[in-house]
Amino acid sequence: MKLKLPNPGLDNRIPSHEDLERMEKEEAGDRPKWDNKAQYLLTCVGFCVGLGNVWRFPYLCQSHGGGAFMIPFLILLVLEGIPLLHLEFAIGQRLRKGSMGVWRSINPYLTGVGIASLLVSFFVGVYYNTIMAWIMWYLYNSFQDPLPWSQCPLNANRTGVVEECARSSSVDYFWYRETLNTSTAIDEAGGLQWWMVLALLSAWTLLYVCCIRGIETTGKAVYITSTLPYLVLTIFLIRGLTLKGSVEGIKFLFTPDVSTVVTHQPTLVSIINTITQDAVLISIINGCTSVYSATVIYSIIGFRATQKYDDCTADNILKLINAYNYPENSITESNYNEVLIYLNQTTPDIIQGLQLQTCDLQAYLSQGVEGTGLAFIVFTEAIIKMPVSPLWAVLFFVMLFCLGLSTMFGSIEGVVVPLQDLKLLPQTWPKEVFCGLTCVISFTLGLIFTLRSGNYWLALFDNFAGSIPLLVIGFCEMIAVIYVYGIDRFNKDIEFMIGHKPNIFWQVTWRFVSPLIMVIILVFYFVTQVTKSLTYLVWDEEAANFPTLEPRPFPSWIYVIIFILAGVPSLAIPVVALFKFVQRKCCKQKDYSDDTVDTISVKIQMNDKKF
Amino acid sequence: MLEKILVLLCLPSALAQHLCTPGASDGYKVRLSIKTALGDQAYVWNENEMFLFRATLAFAMRTHFNGQMYNVSNIVVCDETPRVSFWFVVTSPLDTSTLVDRKDVEEAVRKSRNRINSAFLLTDKTLEFIGIAPTLAAPVYPDPPPWLIVFGVVMGAVGAGIIILLVTSVLQKKRKKNEKSEGEDDEEDTRVKTVENGTASDGVYNMSFSDDERFTKM
Repeated sequence: MKLKLPNPGLDNRIPSHEDLERMEKEEAGDRPKWDNKAQYLLTCVGFCVGLGNVWRFPYLCQSHGGGAFMIPFLILLVLEGIPLLHLEFAIGQRLRKGSMGVWRSINPYLTGVGIASLLVSFFVGVYYNTIMAWIMWYLYNSFQDPLPWSQCPLNANRTGVVEECARSSSVDYFWYRETLNTSTAIDEAGGLQWWMVLALLSAWTLLYVCCIRGIETTGKAVYITSTLPYLVLTIFLIRGLTLKGSVEGIKFLFTPDVSTVVTHQPTLVSIINTITQDAVLISIINGCTSVYSATVIYSIIGFRATQKYDDCTADNILKLINAYNYPENSITESNYNEVLIYLNQTTPDIIQGLQLQTCDLQAYLSQGVEGTGLAFIVFTEAIIKMPVSPLWAVLFFVMLFCLGLSTMFGSIEGVVVPLQDLKLLPQTWPKEVFCGLTCVISFTLGLIFTLRSGNYWLALFDNFAGSIPLLVIGFCEMIAVIYVYGIDRFNKDIEFMIGHKPNIFWQVTWRFVSPLIMVIILVFYFVTQVTKSLTYLVWDEEAANFPTLEPRPFPSWIYVIIFILAGVPSLAIPVVALFKFVQRKCCKQKDYSDDTVDTISVKIQMNDKKF
Repeated sequence: MLEKILVLLCLPSALAQHLCTPGASDGYKVRLSIKTALGDQAYVWNENEMFLFRATLAFAMRTHFNGQMYNVSNIVVCDETPRVSFWFVVTSPLDTSTLVDRKDVEEAVRKSRNRINSAFLLTDKTLEFIGIAPTLAAPVYPDPPPWLIVFGVVMGAVGAGIIILLVTSVLQKKRKKNEKSEGEDDEEDTRVKTVENGTASDGVYNMSFSDDERFTKM
C-alpha cells in the first residue's frame, strides 16, 4: 500500500544522503561516542535486560502455562518487538539526531512523540530508582551474620517474638515492617522513613556519578553492570542445582499447560513492555537471558518450596508423636499418611485438636513469586536456608543492582538528551548540570515512595506509567516513520546505509502487522482496565486473611493521579500537534523558514533555453 | 524387727510415689527429643539416664534454695512413655509428704536450665519442660547498625567520584580555553608580523573582495 501522508518541507529538515557522507567524514571526532563496539552492545544489552527478566518473566512464564508460554512470547517478540526496535535504530541512524530531533525532523507536528517519551522516561525513572533504593537497602543489610531477616525480633517482655512477625514470617516482617514500615492504605501517608530517604539518596547519587558525562562514563560502567548479572546467575545456577529440591522447581517452571495460555491483556502488555526496545541480536540476548534467569530463579524456588514442605511435615509428625507419646522416628514421611488415617479413625477428636496443616508442595512452588515479592520475600527466605547466607545475599543483590542500574542509564539518557534538544534551558549549561538537575528533581518526586504508603504508590506507577503510554508511543512511532516519513524513503535510506533493501518480512511487519497488533492490544487493555474497578493489595494486620495481602479499592482521587501518569504523556502527542498547528496558523506571516526566498529572480524564470 | 525397719524405710518412697500423678498441680511434664538433637549419636534412655535427671534436678533445687539439702529421692518421677516424656514432682527434704510449690520449682529450673541441658547434651527445644518458657537470649544489636556503616562507605566513595569528575571536567574546559586563546594569540602575532613586514612592501592584501570575478557575468 502506497499510503503516504502529505509532509511538506521534509527534505529541508533532514540531512540528505550526501550530507550524511560528508558528516561521516568531518564530524566523526566531535560526537560523543562509545570507545568500541563492545561498549555499544553492552550498553544496549544492559538497557534491555533489566529487573523484568529476573522477576517478571519467570512468574509470567510459570503462571501462564510454563513451557507453553514461550509460544505467545516468541510470536510477539518476532512480530512486534524486533520490527519496532529495528525501525527505531534505523531512523535514529538516518537522521543523526536524538529522540526529540528525530520526530521534529520528520514533521514538526510530531514533536509531541518526543515529549511523550521524555515524560514516560521520567516517570519510569522516578519509580524504577526507588526499587534500586530498596535493593541497596537490602545490600547494605547483607553484610552481617546472621542476616537481619532470618530472625523475628523479641517482644517487649522477651517471652516471645513480636506478634506480627510470629503470624507471618521473619522475611515478611523485615520487608513490610522494618524496610517499608507500610501503612494499611494508600491514603494513610505516614511520614518519611529516614532510612529509606538515605537509601534513595544513595541510589540517585550513584546513578549521577555514572551518568555525569553521558556515554563517556556509562560506557565504562556497562562493562561491569552488563556482565556481572550473567556471572552471578551462573553461580546461583550451580549452587541451586546442588540443593535439594531444585529440580522440582525447574520442572514446575517448564511443565507446559496449554489450557492456561490465555491471551489476557496484562500478560501481553508486560511482554510488550519487556521487549519494546529490542532489535534482532539484542532481542535474542534478552529472550535467552529471560529463559536462563527463569531457570535459575525456579531452581532456588524449588529448593525453598521443598524446605518448607519438609518443615511442615516434620512439624505435623512432631505434633503427632507428642500427643500420642510414640517414640521418636516411629512416624516418618513414608508412613505418615497411613498412621494419620489410622489415628483419625480411632481417636478423631484428638486429631482435630492438634490442628495439623496440609503440606502441599505445589502450593509452595506457586507462592507469590513476582516482582518485589520474589526478590525480597521468597528469594531472601531461600537464602537464609543456604549455608554462608551473607555471601549469597550480597551476590544476589549486587546482581539485581547491576541489572537495574544499566536500565536506569537508558532512562536518564532518555530524559537528559531530549531536555537538551528542547532548548527550554540555556544551551551553555554543561551536561553535568542537566544530569544533576534531572537527578535532583527525580529524587524529590521519589520521596513519595519513602512514605509509609510508598509501596502502594510504586505499584500504581508501575501499573500505569509504563504501560499505556508506551503502547501509544510505540504505535505513533511506527505510523510516523512508515506513513508520515514514507516507507519508500525509509527503504531507500536503509539501502543506502546497509547496502540492500529490507526484505518482505520487514515490509509486512512495519506496514501492517505490528501497528495492527498494537492497536488490538491497546483497545483490549483499555477496555479491560476501564470496566473493572481498580484494587490494590495491602498489608493489614487486622485483615481476615493476614498474612495474605488483602485487595482494597482505590479512593476516588487516585483516578486523577492515574490520568496524570498514563494520560498526560499519551495526550501530549495530539496536544502538541494542535499547539504547533495553531502556532503556525496565527504566526504564518513571521514564518520565513518554510517559505522559499521571495525575490524576483525566483519568481521570473530566466529562460536560458531560448538562447 | 528387721522387717519393721525395712517397712519404715520403704514407706516414705511409697508414700511419695502417690504424690506424683500426670496432671499434678505442683508437677511438670518433661519431654526429651534425643534422636532429633543428636541423630546417630543419640544415647538410649534407660534407668541410669533417669537417675542422672533426678540428680540434676536435685542439684538445681539445691542451687536455688541455698542450704536446703535436696536429695535424689526428693525428685519423684511417674508416667514414663516411649516418647521419652514423664511427669515429676519435688518433695520437700524436711517433710516428704509435702510437695514444693510449682513456682519455686519453675524458678529453680530456670536458673539452672543451662546446666540441666548440657548434662544431657540437649537444648531448650529438645529438652522441654512443658509450662516453663525458656528465657530467650537478648539479640545483639550492634551500635551503630552495620548497614549504616556500609552506607557511609558507599556514599563516601560516590561523593569522592562526583567531586573528581566535576573537577576534571572543569579543568579540561579551562585547558581548552587556554589552548584556544593561545592559538589566537599566535595568529595575532603572525598577523601583526605580516603587517610589520608588509609596511616595507605594498601593504596587507585585503581579502574581502577576493571572491569577486574580475569580470561580472551577464
